[in-house]
Amino acid sequence: MGAVEYGIQNRKVDDIGLIQGAARLTPERIQKTIQKVLAGETGAKLKAYSEICVRCGLCAEACHFYMSHDGDPSYSPVGKVKQTMWVMLDKKGKVSPEFIYQAAQVAYTECNLCKRCVQYCPFGIDTAYIMLVVRRICHLLGVIPQYIQDTAHSHASTMNQMWVKDDEWIDALQWQEDEARDEIPNLRIPLEKEGAEIMYSVIGPEPKFRTQLIMQAAVLMNEAGMDWTMPATTGWDNSDMAMYTGDNEIMARLKRDHFECAQRLKVKRIVMGECGHAFRSIYDMGNRALAWRMHPVPVVHALEFYWELLRDGKLKVAKPFEKTVTLHDPCNVIRGRGLHEKAREVVRAFCPNFIEMIPNREHNYCCSAGGGVINCGPPFKNVRVQGNRVKAEQLKATGAEVCISPCHNCHGGLEDIIHGYKLGMELKFLIDIIYECMEKPNAAE
Amino acid sequence: MVEIYNFVVGPLAWVGWGIFVVGIIYKLIYMYSLARAKDYSSLDYMSLPFSLRSIFVWSIPFYATNWKRNPAMTVATFLFHICLIAVPVFLLAHVVLWQKFFGITWATLPDQAADYMTLAVIAACVFFGVRRATDLRARYVTSYKDWLILILVASPFVTGFLAYHQIFNYKFMIILHIVSGLAWLALIPFTRLSHMFLGLFTRAYAGSEFGKVRHVKDW
Repeated sequence: MGAVEYGIQNRKVDDIGLIQGAARLTPERIQKTIQKVLAGETGAKLKAYSEICVRCGLCAEACHFYMSHDGDPSYSPVGKVKQTMWVMLDKKGKVSPEFIYQAAQVAYTECNLCKRCVQYCPFGIDTAYIMLVVRRICHLLGVIPQYIQDTAHSHASTMNQMWVKDDEWIDALQWQEDEARDEIPNLRIPLEKEGAEIMYSVIGPEPKFRTQLIMQAAVLMNEAGMDWTMPATTGWDNSDMAMYTGDNEIMARLKRDHFECAQRLKVKRIVMGECGHAFRSIYDMGNRALAWRMHPVPVVHALEFYWELLRDGKLKVAKPFEKTVTLHDPCNVIRGRGLHEKAREVVRAFCPNFIEMIPNREHNYCCSAGGGVINCGPPFKNVRVQGNRVKAEQLKATGAEVCISPCHNCHGGLEDIIHGYKLGMELKFLIDIIYECMEKPNAAE
Repeated sequence: MVEIYNFVVGPLAWVGWGIFVVGIIYKLIYMYSLARAKDYSSLDYMSLPFSLRSIFVWSIPFYATNWKRNPAMTVATFLFHICLIAVPVFLLAHVVLWQKFFGITWATLPDQAADYMTLAVIAACVFFGVRRATDLRARYVTSYKDWLILILVASPFVTGFLAYHQIFNYKFMIILHIVSGLAWLALIPFTRLSHMFLGLFTRAYAGSEFGKVRHVKDW
């Protein structure tokens, strides 16, 4: 090696969850846990990935962390695997508590599981999957950043991400119903309506601190004449941080609760708000944990739902949104579900001044907040903001006044990037623009 | 010398080829049963059309985004792999051996072309070596194993080239050539070189997930 020793050891961050978790470990427990996960939960996929990777480093430029750190190879996807999984495999789990601390920091805070690197590896090696296995091991060892572990605890005890109590949930909906009725007097947020066509589900943070999104969605449903409902019981929260901590058991419980809630209400389908990771958990990971090939109840993401309404003439543009806008493609619904063209059709319908950021669609750079990274909280804020300089450059190059980010995690991450790099851009959900510019036939004068 | 030569083209060749063929079959069966036991939630999404699409697309130079981004690496990689397979299979001197021992024969490359292609393989190995030593992206993740593999892959071509041009002792060189070639074959199933066949399956899986589930391109 050269004079500089690149690696996580140079950038350790103090986090009480990691510190206290690592302090409780013994080498025996680490070894036993790693071997248990490797033998019991991984198979040909991890073996093949580890064996055939030819260490070419071609994945590096896929990763925003690498692109934002002036060629520091320890931020490349393969560099992260080298610092975590390869060591665990080589040493057959005989690693120190300090090593687990560092591996946890890499896996939880320096990889957003966005899978862009899969598109750059000639063998299609899925580094996000490897990082999830590392997280699974760290979860079983109890070495997890405190903030995200708190959300997983919330999921486990309340079945929602934000410690929202049963009555607070209903309260929040009634409050938003009240707010909306100022403008749309006939509007209701139908609770527990059995046999409705649509169950609308949101993530825990919506009732907690992005409540206006519920109001806007209610206006859209009402004005488009949808037969819809929201549940009054658990199962309303489609989010899933347990999926990101490595707590696969809670992940499966959450998804089961969500699907069973829709089945209890006998709805035809679930429409979910503008959230990426929640979509991943119902479409990619949670369903598989429950041994469902696809979700047992049809699920439509907001982007596709808006597109449908527009196509069917149920959503109409009252006035164009004149500011110049750009669109950030969130990994979980674009690289995860291919909704990029539908998203563009909706954006173009409302925004005549649309500018593409480059790269875009399934090649878009990650927001650096997803994959649970933003949920690791304030100790790691700089990790993700400094780790995404390339996103700031990408946004700036568009010259747009407004960035549309149809995903909660992306939204949080981009907000910090826009402030951190002083881009002076406005940030909006797509529903913000739709709500502002749509025809509202039932609105009071 | 003659006895040694007879030994390496006789019993040793059977051993080398045997390990190569049986090793690959064993590895494929082992990996498939392991995938069925442990990775069913991935295996279930495999799709033949999307697998083939992915393999096909990545086999075209400068088509995938990342091939475009790394032109030198793309040229070296494609040249290397094409020559690496074509030279041993279609070399006249090799086909003659197949004819002598099994009575079968097929098209051959002109010696001059094979000579240039051998040089191309060696040049690509030098390129990979220099890149491994100087490009931080590769150097950071390189271990001694990667160097051994590179030397292993280059040696049958270097020795073959020297033998063909009768540089140094021909008889010694040809034996070295055969031994290193057989070692290379025998090690394919058990080292990083297994990407020769396993790489098709990881590519196929990525293609299936991206095509069938994610509805996006994986290149």
